[in-house]
Amino acid sequence: MDRQERFLETDRLQTLIDVLTDAGYQVVGPTIEQEAIIYDEITSVDDLPRGWTETQEPGQYRLQQRDDEAYFGYTVGPHSWKQFLFPPVATVATAERTDSGWEMRTPDEPPPQYAFLGVRACEIAAIEVQDRTFLHGPYVDPIYRDRRDRALIIAVNCTQAASTCFCTSMNTGPRCRSGFDLALTETADGFVVEAGSDAGGRILEQLPTREPEATDLTAAETARQQAVDQITRRMDTTDIRNLLLDNLQHPRWDEVATRCLSCTNCTMVCPTCFCSSVKEVSDLKGDEITRERQWDSCFNFDFSYMNGGVVRNDIRSRYRQWLTHKLASWHDQFDVSGCVGCGRCISWCPVGIDLTEEVAAIRADAHQPEEQP
Amino acid sequence: MSVRPRLGVFKFASCDGCQLSLLSVEDELLEIAARLEIVYFLEASSHYEPGPYDVALVEGSITTREDEQRIREIREQTRFLITIGACATAGGIQALRNWADCDEFVRAVYPSPQYISTLSTSTAIADHVPVDFELRGCPINTRQLIEVISSLLKGCRPRTPVHSVCLDCKRRGNVCITVAQGIPCMGPITQSGCGALCPTYDRGCYGCYGPARQPNPQSLTDQLVSQGASTKELIPLLRNFNSNAPEFRRESDRLEGHRTDE
Repeated sequence: MDRQERFLETDRLQTLIDVLTDAGYQVVGPTIEQEAIIYDEITSVDDLPRGWTETQEPGQYRLQQRDDEAYFGYTVGPHSWKQFLFPPVATVATAERTDSGWEMRTPDEPPPQYAFLGVRACEIAAIEVQDRTFLHGPYVDPIYRDRRDRALIIAVNCTQAASTCFCTSMNTGPRCRSGFDLALTETADGFVVEAGSDAGGRILEQLPTREPEATDLTAAETARQQAVDQITRRMDTTDIRNLLLDNLQHPRWDEVATRCLSCTNCTMVCPTCFCSSVKEVSDLKGDEITRERQWDSCFNFDFSYMNGGVVRNDIRSRYRQWLTHKLASWHDQFDVSGCVGCGRCISWCPVGIDLTEEVAAIRADAHQPEEQP
Repeated sequence: MSVRPRLGVFKFASCDGCQLSLLSVEDELLEIAARLEIVYFLEASSHYEPGPYDVALVEGSITTREDEQRIREIREQTRFLITIGACATAGGIQALRNWADCDEFVRAVYPSPQYISTLSTSTAIADHVPVDFELRGCPINTRQLIEVISSLLKGCRPRTPVHSVCLDCKRRGNVCITVAQGIPCMGPITQSGCGALCPTYDRGCYGCYGPARQPNPQSLTDQLVSQGASTKELIPLLRNFNSNAPEFRRESDRLEGHRTDE
């Protein structure tokens, strides 16, 4: 694999989109919608939020104008690549009653071939966490697999951090180390571009790049370091699995339950949360039935419904389920943390609940595990 | 249930919008008529028959002594009584009278108030008789109405979600307007049903489908107040079409400084 770095001038960025489009990719990247930087289909560099950035605090996100013309001068917003690989609503199967019985079908439209432009290090980590759920277990999800296999990842190294970022605590960023096809670092003059795969290398060959000057590489390194320096939020992950599972009766769970809305926002914006529910929708005659899968959440009252009732019948138990799964039992299930430190659940919680603060509060007054009889 | 169940559609204090939803199902209407014998539906036909009814769809709230008596009579003659819409399930917008002097309203609205005989409150059908299923919304969602009718015909429980509007917003890819724009939104405490219609167009949720299951209204209003919203602004958000739904009522009363343990 060629890890040689090349340099693409700022005004040649459109060629990247053009090359990707010509190669048959549907390019998805950052753009502004509803006062935030979201991910959507883009066809031109004019769609990118050039000259924009954001500030983030618990429960608050605000777009702001930059004093320069950077294309990627922001961090992560309310969207993640999850919505493209694991669509919020998908048809799993259909059934139609015919004279000779039920005709069952699974959708056979060709899956989209995405090029994700602007994937951050924590987001690559999140995709790899979801790979474990959807691809590496005993049950492979065909919808995810077909999209993931075809997707090209054009990463962008963060050159700044939001107050909600804590990727350094989770060892997922801010620099993209692997898992990308191409990785860009933006400087004042352009982009230092690095290929991470053969597919990425073939794209890179078609771009009008030049050999980077030493000053380009220094500028890129300085920009990347700025992101590291700006990260202030920390989560102490020392023995975090046992910390949480040994403190299931900690009073902090009651306290957080008075603030938590159980509204599902944290799980929806989380790039690793993978829960869904499947329902069947039929017409009144019952002749045409569609089996639909849609995003669901452990914060949904009905989500733990089993024969006879719901298992997690209050907000305390639902918040505790989410946090202990994310940070503790995810390790048991997938051999990795379910948290990549992107901070979305902090910013997009309408009441600004901060999981790093919750973990710290439990740690500060932790119950020591009792000897098992 | 008999081969072709007998359906009655009844109206109490309401705008008729929810029962109109039944007429608006268009493609499914003939199928509904084929499967249910519609024997009482004054909005659709002047022909009507006495009970008993296998299914009653009840719209509207109880606002008069006559209503109190009539809903009991309908209940006695009905096997499955289903209330539809915010008026029937929570008292509707007219439940605002519960916080006001009803006589003053009557004097302000009617030139000859002496002919008006009304209760001082507007209350949900379930406050008066047992209800088998409540379909929320102002107005109800037509697809949910079909789900209810269709489930009834199949003999299974309707699937109408009880989660917050936020889940629908996120499935649609909407950006949270409270977090990104500081717009007060009832979505986190409001039950799904509309598909997050208002936040999709940058408007805060009005709470048309009433409280989500196990909502946490105080946490939401505390946060909105801390972000600069006034209680004067928040109380009308809670006192909308579902003002008398218990969780919304208790929170608006709390904000107003009233006792909450009624």
